[in-house]
This record gives sequence, structure tokens and C-alpha cells, in this order.
Amino acid sequence: MQDKGQAPNLQLVNGNYTLYGHCTTAYLKQWLGLQPTFVLHQTNLQLSIKAMDTNGAMAFLHIFGEEHQAWPKGLTTTQEQLLRLVLQERETDIPEPKKMGWLADIGLRVSLLSSHAKQLLDFIGQLFAALFTLLLNPRRFKFKLLLDVIQRDGLHAVPIIALLSFLLGAVVAWQGGLQLKTYGANVFIVELVALTHLRELGPLITAILVAGRSGSAYAAQLATMNINQEVLALRSLGQNPFDWLILPKLIGLIIALPLLTFLADISGLVGGSLVAYLQLEISPTLFLQRLSQEVSIAHFFIGIIKAPVFALIIVSVGCMQGMLASGGADAVGVRTTRSVVQAIFLVIIVDAIFSIMFSDVGW
Amino acid sequence: MHSNTQALVELSDITTQFGTQVVHQNLNLSIQRGERLALVGGSGSGKSVLLSEIALLKTPQAGSVALFGQATEKLSTNALIQLRKKMGMMFQQGALFTSLNILENIMLPIREHQRLPEKFLKELAMLKIKLVGLPASAATKLPQELSGGMLKRAAVARALALDPNLLLLDEPTAGLDPASASAFDEMLLELHATMDLTLILVTHDLDSLWQVSNQVAFLGEKKVLCKAPMEVLTMHSHPAIKHYFANTRAAGARNRGLGANQ
Repeated sequence: MQDKGQAPNLQLVNGNYTLYGHCTTAYLKQWLGLQPTFVLHQTNLQLSIKAMDTNGAMAFLHIFGEEHQAWPKGLTTTQEQLLRLVLQERETDIPEPKKMGWLADIGLRVSLLSSHAKQLLDFIGQLFAALFTLLLNPRRFKFKLLLDVIQRDGLHAVPIIALLSFLLGAVVAWQGGLQLKTYGANVFIVELVALTHLRELGPLITAILVAGRSGSAYAAQLATMNINQEVLALRSLGQNPFDWLILPKLIGLIIALPLLTFLADISGLVGGSLVAYLQLEISPTLFLQRLSQEVSIAHFFIGIIKAPVFALIIVSVGCMQGMLASGGADAVGVRTTRSVVQAIFLVIIVDAIFSIMFSDVGW
Repeated sequence: MHSNTQALVELSDITTQFGTQVVHQNLNLSIQRGERLALVGGSGSGKSVLLSEIALLKTPQAGSVALFGQATEKLSTNALIQLRKKMGMMFQQGALFTSLNILENIMLPIREHQRLPEKFLKELAMLKIKLVGLPASAATKLPQELSGGMLKRAAVARALALDPNLLLLDEPTAGLDPASASAFDEMLLELHATMDLTLILVTHDLDSLWQVSNQVAFLGEKKVLCKAPMEVLTMHSHPAIKHYFANTRAAGARNRGLGANQ
């Protein structure tokens, strides 16, 4: 494309300057760069331009001005026509996107915030209304979609959750074991691992992983559907989008998350007992014995009871962010990010509230 | 720049396959510089696929695509980029970047092409907006704020950003009201006249076929059945072509087209 003969070059022939080359998109920079030289020789400049396109014509106008009397000689008729066309369509004042004053900006943000709160309430209201109508008319429930959710967000999450909670159990046991060993209180490793894992870490790590894995998927799916008007299409077909898109996810995750939490508990304990055996020489048998004697089953239930609440948070935040998306590809990204951040944030806050509540009750 | 005898686009023995489904088999087509070629054919005859093969966005399973007299199979990545810059593609849904406004959408290819002063860049983009017949106020709008017709024009403006020699359009008038579609066709003709363009369009719009194209390639039976001007094509005896044009809409478009051409 960039041949030597096509780039603009100035040659002195018989005391007159002649300008050769293509005045096209490929050489815009070179043409603009030669501008100072051209201006000096404008009066006795001869042109020999082989090709010109609209971008090149614009560069030409920039260099030689809009007055066609002042243009150098040697343009062909077509080139002059093109230049005149570009001149006619040229628009020098480029509209700028409107910028807001700082006061208006604050106002907009506040009004956005309050409308956001309203949308949140709206969404929760619609969710409960949909749940209520479902109770009255259970046959409308999309059972197949529910199984889909349990498979995709429950079953397929098994390997990652098992692995990570195993490692987490092992790490807790390792760090705790180092301290306990110095006191010769090796056997207390069982209570340490079991209590932290069953009560807190198991439910928490599961909820965080599922928020990252499934909550983001919900937000992205619903946001894309919303932007493609698929949600509106459902509505126009007389369907409640909540029945199709949200309730199966909600109920599916309320079933799947406690099961995943149970799995996380088990594999965390396995990780802990492995480290206890390697580091503190507590055999798995001893570990299990002490577990059944010293750790009440209540701790397990305290952990597992949180899982459905976390599921509710993850699904409603993810789906709400998805349903609020409008605009283009950007919105999908923004909504997905927000869904994960808000879901994890809320999960941790609610977990803290649960901890305080349970310890106040004395469990 | 190019000799007139050489075809601008030369497709030879193209075979395209999706799994076991063969879309094109030994398809040949050559397009001369300055042509306004329409690709037509029934649904599933591989018009859009052929268009994306010409645009070098898809490689056929067999056969060669030569553009601007260059065979494209063994070109380096760099040479391919240079070649793509000489082509503009307008996608069916516009495919404008939704996070950029119209002006920024058009500036993007020019800015990546060369480092130019910002003011000059904006003027170039603005020129394209005016050339496709959009009002200046459209420049600062986001794609999702534009109507369907304006969106299509903006998509053409972006395709024209680097002043390509070849403009490929995928269903340019689909989804437009008759008035906008007709105005769009006129705009294409104007651009063709002023910018030394070769047009290749995939279309189902029979009025566009009469109004815009001077050559029509009919795709069927996995190859190009016939390439001829509309007047000749509608008289063709092949059953598939007859079937395509033997209906009331085609007859109406024919009357309008012949009337307009006289």
C-alpha cells in the first residue's frame, strides 16, 4: 500500500515546484507534515496528484485553504468536484457531548441513588408477588428449569468447592496446629477445625464461590436478555419473566447451596484431619471419635441454616442487577461486576449479623 | 492503481462447509471495479457467508479469494490488515460499539490508522457523518439512542472511515420503512458516484435490487447460477430464479424499477 511513488513528494522542475503523489487516506500524516513547505511555495506550485479520496480531500483543504482561487494548479476535474463536495459537507464546529455542572452532577447521582433504592424495593416486591402467585398455582412452576439450575450451579460446582474447602480446612489445621503443639494441646485441633469450619468457613466460602460463579452468570444472562428485549418478549407472550428467569434460580439455589455447604463441611474436615494426622499424629479414627464426642451437631446446623439465606441474597442481587441493565455491552459488564461485589458484601455482612445473633442466644 | 482488466474480487472454486452441510461447492464469481453487485438467493443459500469470505472474516474450506489482484491465502498478517483497510463492511445489525458515541465510532479506525491531530480526526469523522446524510447532532449520540435508519447510516459511515475502495453491505435496507429504504438506496448510489466505490450487497429488498445494483449474482444449488443485470436475470429460465421472481412483490418492484430507469 505504501509505495514510494505514492507518498507526497515535492520536486523542483524548471524553477517550478511540482507535487507528486496520492492524496489518500494512506498518506494523511505525510501530507499534513508537509504543510509548512507547501505554504512557502504555494504561488508557483504545480500539482500532479494521481488519486484522491474524501479523507485526502479534507487534508488538502486543511493545507491549501477553502478558497479555490488559492488552490495550486493541476487538479483534475473529478478532483475539483470531490474537493467541492467535501467543502460543502465540511463541518468545522464539532458538537461536543454535553457536560454537566458539578451541582447537576450531584443532583443526578442523588436521584439515581434514590431511584436505585426504589428499583430494589420494586424488585423485592415483584419477587414475593411472583412467589405468592406460584404458591396459589404451583403447576406454573418450571420444574425443568429448576433441575437445570441445580445441575449447573450445584452439581457442576462440586469439584471446585470440594477442593477449595479441603485446602481451607488443611490451612486452618496447619496454622492452629502450630500453636496447639507448643502447649501440648494437640487433640484440641479437632474442635478448632470443626467449629471454624462448620460454623463459619464452610457456609462462607461456599456462598462466596457460588456468588462469583453463578451470581455473575445470572446477572450477565439477564442483562443480555434484557438488552436484546427478550424479557419484554416474554412479557408480550403473557408470561411473567419472574416465573421463567428468577424463581427457578431462587428455588434451585436454595436447594443447592445447603447441599454444597454440607459438601464443603465434609471436605474441610477431611483436610483438617489429614493435617492433624501428618503434623500432630492424631489418627483419623481418633479425630472422628473426638468429633462425635466433643462437637455438638448444633454447630453443623448453625452453619447450614445460613446457606438458604445466602442463596436468597445471591439470586436476588444477581437477578436484580441483570434486570436493571440497559444500554449496550458496557452495561452487561458493569452489572455483572456489581452483582458479584454486592452479593459478596451482603453475604459477609449477613454472616456477621448471624454470628452476633447466635452468640447472643448462647448457641 | 489497478488495471481495469483485472477483477477487483475474484472467487474461484470456493467450497464452504458447516459440518456435513455444504453451502458452496466450486463457486466462481468475479467482480469488476466500480460494479454495484447484489448477492441474492433463497434463505440458506450462503449469501452472508460468501460476503464474510470476501471480507476475509471467514476462510472457505477450499478455493481461493483474490482481492485487488492479490491472492489472499498466503498473505502475512500485516498484508491482510492492509487489505482489510481497503474494505469497509457494514453489518446487518450495524455492530456499532455501544460504549462509544457515533463520532468516536467513526474516529476509532482512523485514529488507529495514523496519528493525526485530534481536531482533524474529528473533522474527518464529521465529514463521514454528513456524507451518509446524518444530521450533525447525531455525532454525540450513542448507537442505542438512534433510530434503525440512522443506525444503518452510521454503520455505513464507520465502514467508510478509511475511504475503502470496496464496500460490503449485509442486508442494508432490512427493517427500514419504504421511505428510509429508498433514501438509503439513493445514498448508496451517491456514495458510489462520488467515492470511486465498488459495492457488494446482500439483500432481499427487490426495490433495492432494481434501484442500486447494476449486476446481480443469484446464488443457488451451491454456486452462482447466474450473474447478470436485473433486466436479464428476471427473464432467466432457471426454475429457482423463476421461482424467486415469480410473485406479486417482484412484479411490483419490477414495474417500479423499470419505470424509474426510463
